[in-house]
Amino acid sequence: MTIMKSRYLGLDLATPLVASPSPLTGKLDVLLELEDAGVGAVVLPSLFEEEVESEALVLNERLETGAGAFSEATDFFPDVELDHLGLERHILLVEEACTRLTIPVIASVNGRSAGGWVRYAQDLVSAGAQAIELNMYDVAADPMSTGAAVERAYLELVAHVRASVDVPVSVKLSPFFSSMANFAGQVVDSGADGLVLFNRFYQPDLDLETLDVTPRLELSRPGEIRLPLRWIAILRPLLPHTSLALTSGVASGADIAKGLLAGADVVMSTSELLRHGPRRAEELLDELETWMAANDYESVGQLRGSVAQHTSPDPGAFERAQYQKVLSSWRG
Amino acid sequence: MVSSWRCVDGNEAVALVAHRLSDVCAIYPITPASPMGEFADAWSAAGRTNLWGSVPHIVEMQSEAGAAGALHGALQKGSLATTFTASQGLLLMLPNMYKIAGELTPAVIHVAARALATHALSIFGDHSDVMAARGTGWALLASSSVQEAHDLALVAHAATLRTRLPFLHFFDGFRTSHEVNRISVLDDDVLRALVRPADVLDHRARGMSPERPDLRGTAQNPDVFFQAREAANPFYDAAPATVQDVMDEFAQHTGRQYHLVDYHGAADAERVIVVMGSGAGAIREAVDALVASGERVGMVTVRLYRPFPAEELRAALPDTVSAVAVLDRAKEPGAIGEPLHLDVRHALNGRGVRTIGGRYGLGSKEFTPRDAAGVFAELALPAPRESFTVGIVDDVTHLSVAPVGLPGPVSTARTAVFFGLGSDGTVGANKSSIKIIGENADLWAQGYFVYDSKKSGSVTVSHLRFGTEPITSTYLIDEADFVACHQFSLLARMDVLGSAKHGATVLLNSPYPADQTWDRLPAEVQQEVIDKELQVWVVDAHRVAREVGLGTRINTVMQPCFFALSGVLDQAAAIDLIKQSIEKTYGRRGRTVVERNHAAVDRALAELHRIDVPEQVTATEHRLPPVSAEAPDFVQRVTAVMLAGEGDRLPVSALPVDGAFPTGTARWEKRGLAQSIPIWDPDLCIDCGKCAIVCPHAAIRMKAYPESELASAPEDFLHKTYGGRDLPQGTQLTVQVAPDDCTGCGICVDVCPARSKSEAKHKAIDLLPTIEHRDVERERYAYFEALPEIDRSAVRHDTVKGSQLLQPLFEFSGACSGCGETPYVKLVTQLFGDRMIVANATGCSSIYGGNLPTTPWSQNAAGRGPAWNNSLFEDNAEFGLGMRLAADQQREDARRLLAEMAHLVGEDLARDLLEDEPGPADEDGIARQRERVATLKERLAGLDSPLAAELASLADALVPVAVWIMGGDGWAYDIGFGGLDHVLSSGRNVNILVLDTEVYSNTGGQASKATPRAATAKFASDGKSTRKKDLGLLAEAYGDVYVAQVALGANETQLVRALREAVAYEGPSLVIAYSTCIAHGIDMATSMAHQKLAVTSGYWPLYRYHPAPEAGTHPFSLDSKAPTVPVRDFLQKETRFAVLERTDPPRAEHLQALAQADVDERWHYYEQLAGVERTIPVDAHEEADLEPAAEESDISSVKGAS
Repeated sequence: MTIMKSRYLGLDLATPLVASPSPLTGKLDVLLELEDAGVGAVVLPSLFEEEVESEALVLNERLETGAGAFSEATDFFPDVELDHLGLERHILLVEEACTRLTIPVIASVNGRSAGGWVRYAQDLVSAGAQAIELNMYDVAADPMSTGAAVERAYLELVAHVRASVDVPVSVKLSPFFSSMANFAGQVVDSGADGLVLFNRFYQPDLDLETLDVTPRLELSRPGEIRLPLRWIAILRPLLPHTSLALTSGVASGADIAKGLLAGADVVMSTSELLRHGPRRAEELLDELETWMAANDYESVGQLRGSVAQHTSPDPGAFERAQYQKVLSSWRG
Repeated sequence: MVSSWRCVDGNEAVALVAHRLSDVCAIYPITPASPMGEFADAWSAAGRTNLWGSVPHIVEMQSEAGAAGALHGALQKGSLATTFTASQGLLLMLPNMYKIAGELTPAVIHVAARALATHALSIFGDHSDVMAARGTGWALLASSSVQEAHDLALVAHAATLRTRLPFLHFFDGFRTSHEVNRISVLDDDVLRALVRPADVLDHRARGMSPERPDLRGTAQNPDVFFQAREAANPFYDAAPATVQDVMDEFAQHTGRQYHLVDYHGAADAERVIVVMGSGAGAIREAVDALVASGERVGMVTVRLYRPFPAEELRAALPDTVSAVAVLDRAKEPGAIGEPLHLDVRHALNGRGVRTIGGRYGLGSKEFTPRDAAGVFAELALPAPRESFTVGIVDDVTHLSVAPVGLPGPVSTARTAVFFGLGSDGTVGANKSSIKIIGENADLWAQGYFVYDSKKSGSVTVSHLRFGTEPITSTYLIDEADFVACHQFSLLARMDVLGSAKHGATVLLNSPYPADQTWDRLPAEVQQEVIDKELQVWVVDAHRVAREVGLGTRINTVMQPCFFALSGVLDQAAAIDLIKQSIEKTYGRRGRTVVERNHAAVDRALAELHRIDVPEQVTATEHRLPPVSAEAPDFVQRVTAVMLAGEGDRLPVSALPVDGAFPTGTARWEKRGLAQSIPIWDPDLCIDCGKCAIVCPHAAIRMKAYPESELASAPEDFLHKTYGGRDLPQGTQLTVQVAPDDCTGCGICVDVCPARSKSEAKHKAIDLLPTIEHRDVERERYAYFEALPEIDRSAVRHDTVKGSQLLQPLFEFSGACSGCGETPYVKLVTQLFGDRMIVANATGCSSIYGGNLPTTPWSQNAAGRGPAWNNSLFEDNAEFGLGMRLAADQQREDARRLLAEMAHLVGEDLARDLLEDEPGPADEDGIARQRERVATLKERLAGLDSPLAAELASLADALVPVAVWIMGGDGWAYDIGFGGLDHVLSSGRNVNILVLDTEVYSNTGGQASKATPRAATAKFASDGKSTRKKDLGLLAEAYGDVYVAQVALGANETQLVRALREAVAYEGPSLVIAYSTCIAHGIDMATSMAHQKLAVTSGYWPLYRYHPAPEAGTHPFSLDSKAPTVPVRDFLQKETRFAVLERTDPPRAEHLQALAQADVDERWHYYEQLAGVERTIPVDAHEEADLEPAAEESDISSVKGAS
């Protein structure tokens, strides 16, 4: 019997597969199905400060249009109570998920202001979230802002949130830091209990008909696992006491195995579940278990980190040697 | 027992009682009574119960007639039933009112009394509506203040049950219905004490029941009808005393004693004014001031008007009274006196009192203590006029009495006046301030709000009073302690400081720093500041609002500044109360909104600065004249005075005797509203005409003209070579903005398809700051205006571009910025304006189309243009049909006379006129016919015979007239549907344009039968559960009605084609036009994109149903493609649907699923319709000549079901 248990952010998980934020994890019935399919934990969709605030402000503006402007119409809408705005809807989701699910529920937040990160994180914790994932995302487009300043701001936010909530905090990082190994360490030093590698962002696309810029997020492809795999492997020995989660490009039980081998505590899946539905989680875990059994692994704990940089027979392969190897293998 | 003080307006004060005392409210929106129904509906929707623990049933009917019918039925079943109405709405209830009273049925109608439409519509207050109901047998009870309206509402509900007479309780529209004042709210115990259980049970026991059947509503014959009519007399005889009993009981519970008539004034008065309604407040102040100075005057306020309390009136008057002036807020032309006057005169008959009567306050005309003093002065004359008017200058029949100054102050209240724009939240802020003061401090507070007649850029003036005594001043403030101007631009447009007292405090929202603001003030304003020694403070509220994320709403920036400067409350306490008020107001809209407003409050005072006032005027800029010196005489003499806000001083002689005004005057009103205006780049333009066709205000024009016209053009006048082959080579094209008429809505920019190849954000038309472009665009527009209009025969009318080269004869209306209706109206005038007459239903289109001061319906250079009229709300289709009948009759008479006189006017001419008669869409034919008619008139002028004169008077009828019947969905789907249906069935050649906003837009967003499922609207605050009526399908059922459903933003070509086909079809035509509206809760700049999505989602399919002349053809042409996106994609982008997802997500999901099913079902049905062949020919109407059709490929038709 293969032991599939894992531990992430101090939480005991029945399996090392975590459903990461997506529209799927925003629906209670799907969350229940994911739980039934065996995922170890779920991360709910991010609460975006900018989005919830914009929703309230825009709706208020629309509802007030024409109010007090004309003698025949006091206003143009009934005075309804908007008690299911984005924030309230999200809080309700967290509350219901925490009530109905037995597996850990992790809430994700994306703030716009320093105060917003903290306040919304606290809201999510109050709603029952067992851990907070900081969905850090910022396009450093200001030419006056140095890389160091950007990093400093991130670290301050982490420290700020860490000091404000009493549940574990993970940080979902972008891969675009100039010295990831150094920065990851600083994030942990600032209070992060775990790192999620990596964040995938909406990227602008162009509509060739209208020439409008449209945000678009493509589902990840299997090959994308390699980037987080490298950094999980590198960071594992550097951050031995930090929870690490691999995300991006996880499309099979074999991918989960790779993530765990490289040193991840959990492996997260979004695109694969979106493509095939929540029951795909069950198949992924079966594939993992089959592979482990076939390769005589007794437990996830045994597997985890066994091919990280420090435990790999070829540590340099995770660094620049990789390029040469790819070329030579392609030449065949 | 008094429970609490609250600041509410008269409508809410009444609804607070009516909702608690009703089982059923049957309602229909009408200004100014709509809020009563809205309150009742909202409270029931929220589960608020009546006095007996039930949630009253609120039902919106299709008209006031319907509401009265439902009221009658509910009453006859034994329920306590109520309705709310005004004006024409009350008239629609009259038939049922006679029935309800004839059956001695307890009931209450609360009426916000409003003028009846006569020579013009007026939404404002007077008693002409309730006076029209005085013969119905209902008791009439009048309130004269907000507190009285609250109190007497209860008296009415209690007395009706005790007397069995139905009660019409009325109070003055706007002056009382919309005045916010501090009242003591009656608690349930008082209501329970007066509305006795036994009376309720008696009423219920009289209700119809199969357990105790009887038969009512018999038809009676001459033998008994009369006697039966007299049988109810004892109830009327007993009623006044019973009402007084109720008033006395009321006084025991509340301490407020009312009488059927109340006297106030000197005990030994010689002269007395008798009045009903809010005018009593002004008279009371005059009486007090005059009595204090030793004059022997008094007043009588009549509260019960029917049954008339003659005995009580006689008893109320001091024996010393020798002269009485009775003031009526109504006019009965031709009568020897107005109704109240005659009643009082009769009651005082034989008492030796001289009784004269005067009219005042019609249509909310101001009535002040000085006017009352003028009446007392008239009474003091040796021979006062028997009949007079007060409040106006009558230089025609010389009936008006002049106002007279009073010997002392009439009120101790502190006064404040605020000027703002409708969009900036000024009115909301002031309503909030009144509540803060009146409900939290031991002070009385009153607010009254004046709006101009525009829906975009409307100016609001708020009049606030505060004091330690109850405030009864029922007139505007003309001497204010505090004046605030929330929009700096208004200082250049109107005399904002005219109402400031000497030494008053002035608060300006200035876009300039405090030390630079003085220099930006017009010279007249500076002079007034210096002369009156005003203390001027400034705050840049727009910057603060912008910085905290509130956009253009500056209410929570200006409000703390007012409290800080006025000192009406302790500053810190005031700030705290403002924040509490924000919590209360915006707490329902989410935490973010509250926080942003709190931030605005916190920032405001730090930005408030006093400015140093120099001793001399330094400005060289002056206040702008209301119209240019080039405007015609009428505009100069009359329109300009109204535009300056001084219409009150126009004498009777200045105004038309029959309500007919010149058209085309909106062009003289240069409002300059837009912060940004569209600027054209001829290098990018592709001549498509989209910007012009979508412009709601006709502020973007296209002209094509010969190159020679550029000879004297200004150097930077923009033009390009015209791209089409239909005009001579070298023809030039200009797209020009009217910079002072544009409202800056941005729709033109949104739809412009031409982008720069090197800079995608740059389009052929860009919205750019007005301040940088206004001067040059003014110069360009002046030249553009002078360019000749194109020969209508030279361009194609069936293309978007061609139609936009035609002169619009509907321009610069006061419609909302981005209005979705006006582009359709404008397009119709471009295609048919010089040959159309319009019947326009009351509603948005009659307001932006016909609300003075100016008129957007205009004329071409030949003096031809739409002749427009508004009759009523409910009768518009019939009104238009009458026009058609008359036009047809005149045409037939003209043809008959012409045939008879052919030998005198020329056989050839007569033959051409008779046999080559064009259709209304035949441009060339009409031009030829007009030339012939001109020749005919010339020849007739030379004939000296009665027959020639008769034919000359009818000759114009030989040119076809397009009768257009226009209105909104409230008219077409609801109140006017019966008439519309009948007109559609008539076979007559009328063209009906339904501007379908899917909601009652003009009265503030109440649901109609055009409101779609899942939309939130007033009277459907939990989302409309039923589907929208398919009006087009109903019309198609007649088989000989042309029907089109169109959406400008989705397919302009289909729209143009539908309008032309409708006019060409010589039978009834119905065009249903999807009209975006601010009541949809969308960014109006993107309204065309919303229209497009409405079509691509299948929410609004485009089609034309053309009754085919032959069997075997397909009359139904589906012009839009099968839905490509789910309807949810459309619904989620509009607040009217999105709101429900934020109030009741499960219900939203359920209704949206049903909405999708509606779309699927309708599309499936329409697809099948598209395949249906006619089996019978339609021979009633022939197709008139139509010029070459648009390319069919421009309209993606589904020709048949697959």
